[in-house]
Amino acid sequence: MVGGRLKGRHSLRPGSSTVNEIAFRLYLLAGASLVAIGFFGILASAELLRKILGVNIMGSGIFLILVGLAARTTDPIPDPVPHAMVLTGIVVSVCGTALALALADRVRAMKAREMLDEEEEE
Amino acid sequence: MSISPHAAIILLILGPLTFAALAFLWPRYWRWFCFTLAPLQVGAVVKLALEVYASGPVRHHVGGWTAPLGIELRADGMAVVLLVITAGIGLAVMLYASRYFDPGPGQQSAEGARRQKYFWPLYFFLLASLNALFLSADIFNLYVTLELIGFSAVALVALAGKGPALTAALRYLLVSLAGSLFYLLGVVLTYGTYSTLDISLLASRVEPSFVTWVALGLMTGGLLMKAALFPLHFWLPPAHANAPSPVSALLSALVVKGAFCILLRLWFEAFASMVTPAAANFLGWLGVAAIIWGSIQALRQPRLKLLVAYSTVAQLGYLFLVFPLALSESSGFTAWSGCLLFLGAHACAKTAMFLTAGNILHAAGHDRIRDLDGITHVLPLSVFAFALAGISLVGLPPSGGFAGKWMLLNAGVSQGKWIWVTAILVGSLLAAAYIMRVLNHAFTRVPEPDIPNPIPPVMEWTGFTLALLAVVLGFFAQWPVELLRIGSPFVSVVQTVEMLP
Repeated sequence: MVGGRLKGRHSLRPGSSTVNEIAFRLYLLAGASLVAIGFFGILASAELLRKILGVNIMGSGIFLILVGLAARTTDPIPDPVPHAMVLTGIVVSVCGTALALALADRVRAMKAREMLDEEEEE
Repeated sequence: MSISPHAAIILLILGPLTFAALAFLWPRYWRWFCFTLAPLQVGAVVKLALEVYASGPVRHHVGGWTAPLGIELRADGMAVVLLVITAGIGLAVMLYASRYFDPGPGQQSAEGARRQKYFWPLYFFLLASLNALFLSADIFNLYVTLELIGFSAVALVALAGKGPALTAALRYLLVSLAGSLFYLLGVVLTYGTYSTLDISLLASRVEPSFVTWVALGLMTGGLLMKAALFPLHFWLPPAHANAPSPVSALLSALVVKGAFCILLRLWFEAFASMVTPAAANFLGWLGVAAIIWGSIQALRQPRLKLLVAYSTVAQLGYLFLVFPLALSESSGFTAWSGCLLFLGAHACAKTAMFLTAGNILHAAGHDRIRDLDGITHVLPLSVFAFALAGISLVGLPPSGGFAGKWMLLNAGVSQGKWIWVTAILVGSLLAAAYIMRVLNHAFTRVPEPDIPNPIPPVMEWTGFTLALLAVVLGFFAQWPVELLRIGSPFVSVVQTVEMLP
């Protein structure tokens, strides 16, 4: 029954241009821009911390689209599936960030040690 | 065994996950965990395979919720074949790693003890997430398993603890995260358009539109980063070559295949109705570029493990030839099942190669190819295993690599697509060249080769057994093909039996 109610509630195809629809377009646009900015950050910045932040910005953009998607309905109750996806996505994103920070810390310590060794050799 | 197929599905995911937690809490008892899990996993896979073969695909709705709200796990022919490959490779790597990290009483260094402590939980975790990926029938669930695989794989690479391994692990993690976020964005757009995440429901609802193409493009792009298809392969060779050898084997044999299998599910199941020849040809061309570039790079590498890693880049290219070749009505199934057969043969051969490369590295203390003269006098079994695995990679009969390539070639010839046929043949010649480069040095006679460290027999025999398996797989090729038929997305599967070598 729940499945039947969810089916076809929203669509990215044109045709249903309500106020909700316009709001959703804004969310979609903002989210897509964040994804692009985040990805550019990963590619363009040399610093590890900035790259990790880039990944987080990409994630936030996607979560923004999902939240917009959940609210995009004439029903007073928002669609629960995108909410569940955002929650899962946040958990995954926190784990990924933690792992990346731990690795980046190790890499930085290793680089510092290498520089010290080189100075001693000189 | 009298467990239900549903219990087998749950066991395959929850079993390794539980043992991962146990191995993390009580690292001292890793041996007990290994030897308890291995028979359970093999038993569950065999049970599931027999059940699927006897009565078709098994569907399991987690918690009793059905799609679109619930999560469905599905074991069809393709899933079962991949689970068998995972269980087999997992078992071999387990046996190898049990001695690799623990050379014997009194011989283990503090560093070795640390690696062993973290290897086992991560290994179980990787097995659980791979099994979950192959069983998922829901594109969001696939995203979660993809991330789980990525995290455990990155942590396993970092286990080597040395400089280049850490940098490689970090680069791998960043590529992996960016790749899965692109995939997730595609999933979001798909859900926004079709209000479902279930692959079979999507297959009935999908129709070509701009948004759907953007979604499929984003998902494919993200997965290509994870599957290391040329030109997105740059992270693979350093990560695979610098990881500890059992880890390299797992990464090359199984981890990159996970992302590839999602691509198969998307292109031939969920979005099958909108795939055009031009898009499929594009992936095919990238595959050809990967074959040529990977092989040439493999020829130029000074170190053995780097050579094997670049060979993975090249061999992954063959898998992508399935996209243009499986579009045909008549010989689509031949190409598709040939591709999966090739995937299995490559998994066996590449595991054998990384394990024997690990033996050589351990025995000689280095893996510079030019200094490996005479290694065959010290490690005859390992070098023999390397050569056998090479037979399958090159694709000489009767190996599994030959059977897979033969089926792809057959599909290509019957469709008159000569360009893909040529690519397969040229790739085989190049593979022969880089394998011979190693064997040339290995078989060179020197009076007294300088090889300091002995190798435990189990580490030699696991690689040898897998290499032998890869070579004789061609004789048993009809078994996986019969299994793949069950629940396959292809309608006309009649012609395939005659196409087997």
